[in-house]
Amino acid sequence: MSRTTFRNGTVLTAAGPVTADVEVAAGTIVAIGKAGSGGDEVREIDCGGLWVGPGFVDIHTHLREPGHEYKEDTESASRVAAAGGYTSVVAMPNTDPVIDSGHLVRYTIERGREVGLVEVASAGCVTAGRAGEKLAHLDDLWAAGVRLFTDDGDVVADAGLLRRAMDYLAQLGGVLAQHAIDPGLARGGHMHEGPVASGLGMYAIPSAAETVVVARDIELVRLTGCNYHVQHISAAPTVELVAAAKREGLPVTAEVTPHHLAFTDGDVQATDPAFKMMPPLRSAADRAALVAGLQSGVIDAVATDHAPHADHEKDVPFEHAPNGVIGLEWAAAVVNDRVGLDPVRFFEAMSVKPAAIARIANQGHWLATGAPANITAFDPKGVTDVRQSRSKSRNAPYFGRRYAGAVKYTMYAGAMTHEESGVLV
Amino acid sequence: MRHLLTTQDLDRDQLTMLLDTADGMVSLLERDIAKAPTLRGKTVATMFFEPSTRTKLSFDKAAKALSADVMSFTASSSSLTKGESLKDTVLTVQALGVDLMVVRHGATGAPLRVAEWVDVPVVNAGDGAHQHPTQALLDSLTLRQHFGTLDGVKIGIVGDIRHSRVARSNVFAFSTLGADVTLIAPPTLLPVADSEWPVRTTSELDDALTGLDAVYLLRVQSERGGASVFPSLGEYRARFGLTAERFKRLKPDAVVLHPGPMIRGVEIDAVVADDPRALVLQQVTNGVAARMAVLYHLLGGEADV
Amino acid sequence: MKLVMDEKDVARAVRRIAHEISERNRGAGDVIVVGIHTRGIPLGDRIRQELAAIEGAEIPLGSLDIGLYRDDLASRPAPVIGRTDIPDAIEGRTVVLVDDVLYTGRTIRAALDALADIGRPARIQLAVLVDRGHRELPIRADYVGKNLPTSEKERVTVHVREIDSEEGVWIEGAL
Repeated sequence: MSRTTFRNGTVLTAAGPVTADVEVAAGTIVAIGKAGSGGDEVREIDCGGLWVGPGFVDIHTHLREPGHEYKEDTESASRVAAAGGYTSVVAMPNTDPVIDSGHLVRYTIERGREVGLVEVASAGCVTAGRAGEKLAHLDDLWAAGVRLFTDDGDVVADAGLLRRAMDYLAQLGGVLAQHAIDPGLARGGHMHEGPVASGLGMYAIPSAAETVVVARDIELVRLTGCNYHVQHISAAPTVELVAAAKREGLPVTAEVTPHHLAFTDGDVQATDPAFKMMPPLRSAADRAALVAGLQSGVIDAVATDHAPHADHEKDVPFEHAPNGVIGLEWAAAVVNDRVGLDPVRFFEAMSVKPAAIARIANQGHWLATGAPANITAFDPKGVTDVRQSRSKSRNAPYFGRRYAGAVKYTMYAGAMTHEESGVLV
Repeated sequence: MRHLLTTQDLDRDQLTMLLDTADGMVSLLERDIAKAPTLRGKTVATMFFEPSTRTKLSFDKAAKALSADVMSFTASSSSLTKGESLKDTVLTVQALGVDLMVVRHGATGAPLRVAEWVDVPVVNAGDGAHQHPTQALLDSLTLRQHFGTLDGVKIGIVGDIRHSRVARSNVFAFSTLGADVTLIAPPTLLPVADSEWPVRTTSELDDALTGLDAVYLLRVQSERGGASVFPSLGEYRARFGLTAERFKRLKPDAVVLHPGPMIRGVEIDAVVADDPRALVLQQVTNGVAARMAVLYHLLGGEADV
Repeated sequence: MKLVMDEKDVARAVRRIAHEISERNRGAGDVIVVGIHTRGIPLGDRIRQELAAIEGAEIPLGSLDIGLYRDDLASRPAPVIGRTDIPDAIEGRTVVLVDDVLYTGRTIRAALDALADIGRPARIQLAVLVDRGHRELPIRADYVGKNLPTSEKERVTVHVREIDSEEGVWIEGAL
């Protein structure tokens, strides 16, 4: 059995960052400290200047399988994820058919295992058929392994239905993850309501479309005690609500996407659909609040909302384009460049917190002897020059830009899945 | 100038150049033989993905007055109904051999997208509620003919500004040319965030009226959800219509413009529409000249080597 | 830059051209002077005034922009088009076209095409302040203020008071 040693990196342990070697054997971290020369059997990786921490966990990935394999599939998404430093992704259930029953969860997880590059977990729908009318088979989903429940792509708008789901999930211990956009306030809108939309004459979505949903939902958290997670938070007032809920001790968490950290509605001026997603890019003040929220921990995690769409779907006028951009591949560099977190907070936001929110047992552990060897080595001084993607799709606002920071090595379950440039299979 | 997509892209020199040439085009249109061989051998494609009669006729006339060939495309006659994408459609038309595309589309930014896909100049003939730059040129030309300059001219734009590409184009063209612009509309029809626009806003037409040199009336666009943004047409006329009574209170040399088609009895009373100080037909004639100027300048060569 | 005609030379040339027009046409009764944008217009105006003084009668002046009749639109930025204003019908009249410099002849070709779209004069004559040679078309001037042999590398600059606030003709060698 081959062994690997990550030499001389800044190693992220529960006690904080230490300069050390990390020795891996048989899918497990066997030692952290000063490794001896291991001989021919050991692969030595020089990690001087790199941050060596737990593999990233994305709790918001659209694998597009089953149903939309022309956009992405489990295999291509897994390659993209590995290249981005991820060792686990949580599949969103808005596939075709939607993941609202246990057998589709088992299929999704099994496809992830077949590919074997990342651990694929599956979210499940809150409502049957994602139709927002009656509850999905929550206990069937739970038994198949779902911990994160969401109708992502659509909000669970009916407060009564949502309350029943939260009552149910509170008992199971699951998480209600909300795509928090009020359909009435968002109706017909394509971008953030503000001066840019006004100048473009585009129907727009006010920040309040998000905030009113989260405000209502937090009231239901008080009522039900259910774990509640705000997906792709975008507006400053929503960050305030989450902060207040946390101060109150409510089980509320939030994620933010790399694109909301990197861009604003000003970038929509040229009406390029690569900047179209839901929720929309908001104002510079909103972006600043998201950055501050991620730094302080009010926003727990980065989640990519990696949402591939084919070229022909995005080669249309902005208003006709589908929502969503890809981002798994560059998320770490974008976050490092645009937010500038210290290594502890960085791995917390990219790995530890998201794994905890989605309750993925083998992921998101600070490095320790005996822990599963899911490891990412990140060079904070490296450069990610976004020119092409391993995804089947190319709908991203990052092309042609450079970000400080680069994922150098990704190891999943003891096997190297990414090295600098190129995926190892 | 490679394309004409928005009036925000145009500086004062470019606007002035286009208006000066448009003046020259007016003199051509006044001749018995209102045609010059300037664009002989050039083909202009007018591509209207949203129905329009007036603008399309105006571009047709402008292209033909400069001896260009015109290929017309309208959404109803197109393969769009068969599911062909906008991109494939414009690439197909380009492959047929055209030198310039005039594009109208219901979606904001569609002509900007087309300009990225094709290798020929693109003229925005109206996109969503975004921009209609040749309308702004013809309006600026009409006002300049009347006042000699737009510097210091007080223009009130009245009506559904929020949903109006004409208003968006004119706000930037008029103010770049030095005019003093006031937007006058009920709150639901004012732009949502206008703080970055070079304008004043008010919802009181009667207060603003007497200070204006020109009143620019917008059409009430019932197809853009008119009924839901103000209570009734009658109420609109009462507060924002240019009635005969209000017309009498205007400065004696003030003029009235309207992009057409006019809804008489709603935004404008019939007697006002027929008054010589309503420059509506002059606007239409100037539309041809302004579009000729645009075609001529966009089809000129690159700046000197 | 070398001055080859000063203000007085220009005035003399204009006066002589007016006399030649009058002689050649046995009076200027049916003459319309048409200046070509830009400097042909003030020069045309002066010729018209001299003619009027000789004839003791008003002589009409028109302006012609030939930009829409150029043959090189695709190869250079399109210049601004000025107004074309011809005060009288030109049918059956003698049109005297006026320009500052005659060079390749392409401007005059364009002017002839433009006039043909405006009407059918009895005859068209050409008056220029300077003929610098190097014709590319079979065109010659009827009235020339000064023949100025040049090389193609040289530049001839005409300034008139009405536009340039100074007056004269200069020649500039190859750079």
